[in-house]
Amino acid sequence: MPGGVAAVVTDAWWVVVLVGGATMAIKGAGPVLLGGRPMPERAARVIGLLAPALLAALVAINTFGAERALVLDERALGVAAAAVAIAFKAPPLVVVVVAAVVTAIARAL
Amino acid sequence: MEEPGGSVSFAQGARRVVPFSIAVLGFGMSFGVLARPEMGAVAPIVMSATTFAGSAQFAAISILNAGGTLAAAVVAAILLNVRYGPIGVSVAPSLRGSRWSRFLRAQLVVDETWALSADGRGGHDPNMIVAAGLVLYAAWVGGTAIGVLFGDLIGDPARLGLDAAFPALFLALLTPSLNRAEARIAAVLGAAIALALTPIAPPGVPIIAASVACLVGWRRS
Repeated sequence: MPGGVAAVVTDAWWVVVLVGGATMAIKGAGPVLLGGRPMPERAARVIGLLAPALLAALVAINTFGAERALVLDERALGVAAAAVAIAFKAPPLVVVVVAAVVTAIARAL
Repeated sequence: MEEPGGSVSFAQGARRVVPFSIAVLGFGMSFGVLARPEMGAVAPIVMSATTFAGSAQFAAISILNAGGTLAAAVVAAILLNVRYGPIGVSVAPSLRGSRWSRFLRAQLVVDETWALSADGRGGHDPNMIVAAGLVLYAAWVGGTAIGVLFGDLIGDPARLGLDAAFPALFLALLTPSLNRAEARIAAVLGAAIALALTPIAPPGVPIIAASVACLVGWRRS
């Protein structure tokens, strides 16, 4: 459907502009505005935990999430294989290929 | 050593970042491949050049990919980048010069440049930020472009198991932070919140809700 394709392209560019603009502002705010004053330690610690919380949520949902449901499918095998690759300090591209290949093989079986 | 101008030459800094830049090149290629079907050919490269923050970029396309709304994708990506606020504050005393120069060099601060430029006395070497940052930036944007080209040749991502590439990448990004107990608690809590909300909330919302897990940092000292 051509309307759907156009909507996806527009969404993609909105993401580029909004996320890019916000990220530049966040990165630049400290050096441009603060010029050296420290941030309260407690606030810095809470903000520092945002990334682990969100990344773990992204791992969980992209492994077990489907449309409004939790499922156990071939992706779990792929991610388990990726975890082994990470434990052996494999570079990211290898981790991705391992996950994809294991998932694809499990699906084909 | 004591002068605020920094102590590492551009070439030294660039050399030290080479092992990281190979990994970043691979991440960039993965982003290009995975973003291509969702965003087209040009938008992923522009996003890498302007956002320059891997986890946020992957988060945005994974949420769009799962049928989440634009707002959910943007909010989740921005939440992942909020950590650059305090990181920016911590390098601020080391960046001298005009506002523009400070703003532009602040864009080169990512997790790797921040860690590599630390001088062990609470400061950051501005030369290291620029040298390492420019090498990593080139690897990230160049890797994305290579990935977009590959993505054109690959075809259906689900048949090739590429839908499992997203969680694998997020796991690779998450693992280095798990050496802190507090981060492990936040991670387990975040994953639990997200999974619990998946059956009842629209796609993308469970990810954003998981951010409240960061509040475990408030209690402990």
